[in-house]
Amino acid sequence: MTAIRLQVNGEAVAAEVPARLHLADFLREQLGLTGTHLGCEHGVCGACTVRLDGAIVRACLVLAVQADGSVVETIEGLSDSGEIADLQHAFIERNALQCGYCTPGMLIAAQDWLLHAARPDRAAIREHLSGNYCRCTGYEAIVDAVAATWEGRHGR
Amino acid sequence: MIFDRSTACSSGIVKLDDPADAQTIVGAEDVNLKANAVDYVRAASVADAIALLERHGDGAKLIAGGQSLLPALNLRLSAPAILIDIARLTELGGVSPVPGGLRIGAGCTHAQLLADPLVAAHAPLIGRALADVAHPAIRSRGTIGGSLANADPAAELPACALALGASILVRGKEGERRVAADRFFTGLFETSLAPGEVLVGLEVPLAPGAQWGFSELARRSGDYAMVGLAAQRTGGDTRLAFFSVGATAVLARGAAAALAPGVTAATIEAACHQLEADLPSHADLQASAATRLHLARVLLRRVVGAWVAA
Repeated sequence: MTAIRLQVNGEAVAAEVPARLHLADFLREQLGLTGTHLGCEHGVCGACTVRLDGAIVRACLVLAVQADGSVVETIEGLSDSGEIADLQHAFIERNALQCGYCTPGMLIAAQDWLLHAARPDRAAIREHLSGNYCRCTGYEAIVDAVAATWEGRHGR
Repeated sequence: MIFDRSTACSSGIVKLDDPADAQTIVGAEDVNLKANAVDYVRAASVADAIALLERHGDGAKLIAGGQSLLPALNLRLSAPAILIDIARLTELGGVSPVPGGLRIGAGCTHAQLLADPLVAAHAPLIGRALADVAHPAIRSRGTIGGSLANADPAAELPACALALGASILVRGKEGERRVAADRFFTGLFETSLAPGEVLVGLEVPLAPGAQWGFSELARRSGDYAMVGLAAQRTGGDTRLAFFSVGATAVLARGAAAALAPGVTAATIEAACHQLEADLPSHADLQASAATRLHLARVLLRRVVGAWVAA
């Protein structure tokens, strides 16, 4: 067991974890933050996307011990702070989710694009979200929602 | 609140209102674990990592970004006894000019290199290739050293190292040595790294005025390529590094020789003809050997053909 201390959604957390525990399981099983979903657990599907020190990562591909000293933001944190309220609203407006399994990861990856994008380029949105699989929507509505959010944030 | 007190007690985790209150907390033994049990140690320096590798022997595995290792651990395809974490070693970070070249620290993440002005100016091939490496959430963790040391035959960066005529910098207890990229990748996921050695960086020779190109064919963005090509031409010297064509990335030497007289429509076709001899005959679930050869020729015409127009 290894002692770790990290900040999760603004709260300081300390724990002892086995080295083999990945961050997504730590968030879900030990912190009860089940908004971080697990699909494939080998880095393919994107359902477990979280922010680690400001950058999006696959929480299934980060060991909890490697997140020691880091700042982690999950979908619960981004939702509660209101940071992505407009994006969430756009997802609802455009029916950009059905079963919802991919949605937390999709929202975090989309917000990452929105924070850096200079223009609402649909191809760039698709490219940025290409690591997040959705089996329900066919992606078109998701791209619509992300583009609409960009336009909203830039006063268009 | 991220969890309530009752949850905190039963799971053995404590939320700290004040980080100074940190106490030792019992972790949950009943957590759903996927990887095999493994020990973990964070190396304090490269020298420390080398010493740890020597002490723990074959059971030790270095971990940096972990973007290839974690899937292997989660699927129990890899089951090391101890992980030696080198992800935070600042001495493995950074891109710096060296006489005649650019030294790229093994610990640089793909995302860092994509944003690096020295890489953009002096090794644009690497920046172009990195845009096709997986996805943003993986590029933020994956490192160039990890990709080179892992030596996945479908990975972009080993092919870039070959195309650029780069050297792999390797350090062991005897000191640092340089290995030319075309002698580094020895087989399927195999390199000339010796036990106890750490890959510390990549040195790319400057090639002002070189023509370069990169293209890969994959079914979905971010997937491993069915076939890919990283290429550079300096003066009359052309290096065509194909990847996802066999056990390692391969320099197509016959095709390169066919381009020696100059890059024209005729020499490109001659080079395409040479690929059958240059590349291994490699079939897998993604493509037959004939399809692969066809796609390799498509890429050669695409990448080298752009030099004619330029």
